[in-house]
Amino acid sequence: MSEAPITEADLQAYVDGRLDAARLAEVEAYLAAQPAEAARIGAYRAQADRLREIYAPVLDEVVPERLLHSPAGRRSRIVAVAAAFAWMAIGAALGWQLHDFHSPRSGAVAGVPIARHAAIAHATYSPEVRHPVEVGADQESHLVAWLSKRLGAKVRAPNLESVGYALVGGRLLPGEPGPVAQFMYQSKPGTRVTLYVRTGVQNQEETAFRYSHEGKVRVFYWIDRTFGYAVSSADIGKDALLQIANTAYAQLNP
Amino acid sequence: MKDSDQVVALIPRLRRYALALLGDRAAADDLVQDTLERALNKFHLWRRGSDLRAWLFTVMHNVYVNQLRSRREFLALEGEALELPVRAAHDAPLEARDVARALARLPVEQREVLLLVVLEDLSYEEAAGALGVPIGTVMSRLSRAREKLRALMEGLPPSGRLHIIK
Repeated sequence: MSEAPITEADLQAYVDGRLDAARLAEVEAYLAAQPAEAARIGAYRAQADRLREIYAPVLDEVVPERLLHSPAGRRSRIVAVAAAFAWMAIGAALGWQLHDFHSPRSGAVAGVPIARHAAIAHATYSPEVRHPVEVGADQESHLVAWLSKRLGAKVRAPNLESVGYALVGGRLLPGEPGPVAQFMYQSKPGTRVTLYVRTGVQNQEETAFRYSHEGKVRVFYWIDRTFGYAVSSADIGKDALLQIANTAYAQLNP
Repeated sequence: MKDSDQVVALIPRLRRYALALLGDRAAADDLVQDTLERALNKFHLWRRGSDLRAWLFTVMHNVYVNQLRSRREFLALEGEALELPVRAAHDAPLEARDVARALARLPVEQREVLLLVVLEDLSYEEAAGALGVPIGTVMSRLSRAREKLRALMEGLPPSGRLHIIK
């Protein structure tokens, strides 16, 4: 036994049941010899029990709706709006530079807007926790039929399981010249990739893969007949993204 | 993804603590709501792997202290502790109401320590971290809170004098 004097902190820790066995024995011996102190400490223990008892029912109450939804909802909107503004600013700056330097190259001019728009859409929706997609992968056939109808062309959600990505779902977005589709995929560790699909592309050269780094978002994009595709991610490196883009490409352009 | 679920799972505990701290349901839920908003906006400050619950109580303490400051509702006990008048819970049973009323008469700094340790079972270190004070301060506030609450609940005159600081 250490026989160190019993302090007030020891007594408090005794009330809270936080003493190790050796010190506990010493404190119990001390209290056995000090009835007044034992009464005081006993009152503290009873007091703690009362407090826990009185407030315990709160834990079983139904949590008010406003606490469950409004903060997360507000946050999502704030994040989405902030992200959209940030990307618009970056996109505008980037677009201007590209306009200056690459105007004569039709492929680049045709391709850049889709990369930028895809990056903006990716940055806006991939951080979403509650509503990453409008229609989930559990309704994949409905999702594909709906997006095909709205885009006015048959679109498909490629299967990326072979590269470790499962379909989360998709959503419809405003775009040029008409609505565009975004499919979202997620890996087991939680990294996300989106495929952006645009239709009605007129008078554009088909392109091979092009790569664009828009802020934190990496984008591989290509044009195929009247379709424009972009594969985006902010979570993974260029090589990993290229592998995914290749897998998507192989299924979309057989 | 899982992070927000974890936060949601802790809401009942935040509500319990806020109710005991404030003694008023609507005010308690307002504090919880403000805490959740701040926590979600400051989520990047949470050290992944550390105790989310202790961090949320830290956020709540900061939100509460800011609210107290902005309201300028300061009452100090002997120049050190803050005391805040608290509305009693009208719908609570009589005995619970007495306890709530006694709690309300503790300086808010003592009340926070007592509730974090007793109700929320935070370690002394976690309580010190949440409140931004040394552990020795947690121990002395805990001791004083218990003694004052005992005196209040036994109908004994509480020691110490109130000074109003405006």
